[in-house]
Amino acid sequence: MNRLLSDTGVIFGRSMRQTLRSKTALTFGMLQPLLFLALMGPLLSKLDLRTGGTSWQAFVPGLLVQLSLLGGMFVGLGILVERQAGVIDRMRATPLHPAAPLLGRALRDVVQLVVQSALLVLLGAAFGLRAPVAGVLLGFVFVGLLSAALALLSYGLAMNVRTTPEFAAIANTVVLPMMLLAGLLLPMTLAPGWLDAASRVVPFRYTVDAVRHLYLGEYTDGTVLAGLAVTAGLTVVAFFGGLALFRRSGRTP
Amino acid sequence: MPGMTPPVLDVHGLSRTFQLRSGPVHAVRGIDLAAERGEILGVLGPNGAGKTTTVRMLATLLPPSGGRAVVAGHDLLADPAGVRARIGYVAQSGGLDPNCAVGEELVTQGRMHRLSRAESRARAAELAADLNLGDLLDRPTAALSGGQRRRLEIALGLVNRPEVLFLDEPTTGLDPGSRADLWDLVRRVRHDHGTTVLLTTHYLDEADALADRLVIVDAGSVVAEGAPAELKARHDAATLQDAFLAITGRATDAPAAV
Repeated sequence: MNRLLSDTGVIFGRSMRQTLRSKTALTFGMLQPLLFLALMGPLLSKLDLRTGGTSWQAFVPGLLVQLSLLGGMFVGLGILVERQAGVIDRMRATPLHPAAPLLGRALRDVVQLVVQSALLVLLGAAFGLRAPVAGVLLGFVFVGLLSAALALLSYGLAMNVRTTPEFAAIANTVVLPMMLLAGLLLPMTLAPGWLDAASRVVPFRYTVDAVRHLYLGEYTDGTVLAGLAVTAGLTVVAFFGGLALFRRSGRTP
Repeated sequence: MPGMTPPVLDVHGLSRTFQLRSGPVHAVRGIDLAAERGEILGVLGPNGAGKTTTVRMLATLLPPSGGRAVVAGHDLLADPAGVRARIGYVAQSGGLDPNCAVGEELVTQGRMHRLSRAESRARAAELAADLNLGDLLDRPTAALSGGQRRRLEIALGLVNRPEVLFLDEPTTGLDPGSRADLWDLVRRVRHDHGTTVLLTTHYLDEADALADRLVIVDAGSVVAEGAPAELKARHDAATLQDAFLAITGRATDAPAAV
């Protein structure tokens, strides 16, 4: 266990240095949610999104989940490059714990996405977001869990596809319907009954609803707890699923 | 004292079958290999002979379908972690991250072998000096020449002072000068540290010049074995090229001349 932790730390450090070196990584990943914040957010400011509170209190949580979803789902592209260059094999031929290359990278992604989320919230505040500090901070826990889940699954997928286009096709196909169905940009409170019902099969729906309640300061009405249960459950499933996929890739050529 | 110590590499009946949609592919069909401490063993064969699959199995990266092996005193199947701690593995693709700096890759490799930070740095400095990488430490690996890349990749393989160093097609794609440098480097590693080197190649001149002993593989099986001079004498051949032709009935895919 200690070995796993220290080996994960080694890979985390390596990955973090890579991220910090590439000056574009932090800003580029944020570009899409930033554009939504600046160019779509103001359109909603006079609308009633039926979530209680201001439109910013509904919109910014949606953008945070979108950032985790997009940022997390595509981290596999990075490991694909390394896998094809033989970096993963080089690591696997050392005594390094077999799970460390996966967990170290995923940990880096969580840190990166939470930092980006914090920047997004600060910019949201400049546009007019007002929310309780405790709720905002708790919201980052959800962002972290969700980012971890998606990063682990993304790496697991990337280690088991043949080509980069194959990975991109699968990731894109998964992400877009999930994003729309979860009600990230506009909440499902506006949806007709059938769409609202359909969106309840998407786990991110519960995450975003919970974060919206946190931004309203409504901590105890069950939505937050349900969101936490679904998000944490997803992370646990992704943890074991990601590990299994990563291990599986070591048994095939 | 040859023959007195158990071989550092002892492989019996190692095989690997890949299950493809089109049916099973027998990439390696029961290979026997042995190498003693400080020996340079060349595995020579055309592309597709099963050389890379064999090395990947011996480096714990691919589970064998059959057979057994002892690598650096540790059983490949029962104790892969023990094997990993005592080998260096340099893949044909090299395994460098283009974004990482040379010095950083060296230090991280030490950390992956569970050296402390200080030990990793010291070992990286030592290897950089020894392999003439000292001026390149801050450079991203993407900016290295082919020969420099190979030197770094071998340095990474030597971080843990391995008993066995696996080099998979180490000179493919190098210019003649860099190839000669690399041959010198491999000889020096063996001379200075008594490292056993298993290298695969499809270059006959490389096998002839570098290996103490050769194993010729074709279609997943060993078809001949011996010192280059023995192989030539056995087949009454002036060159290894002629011996290879006599053994396999064909030339290697690559031109032997450089």
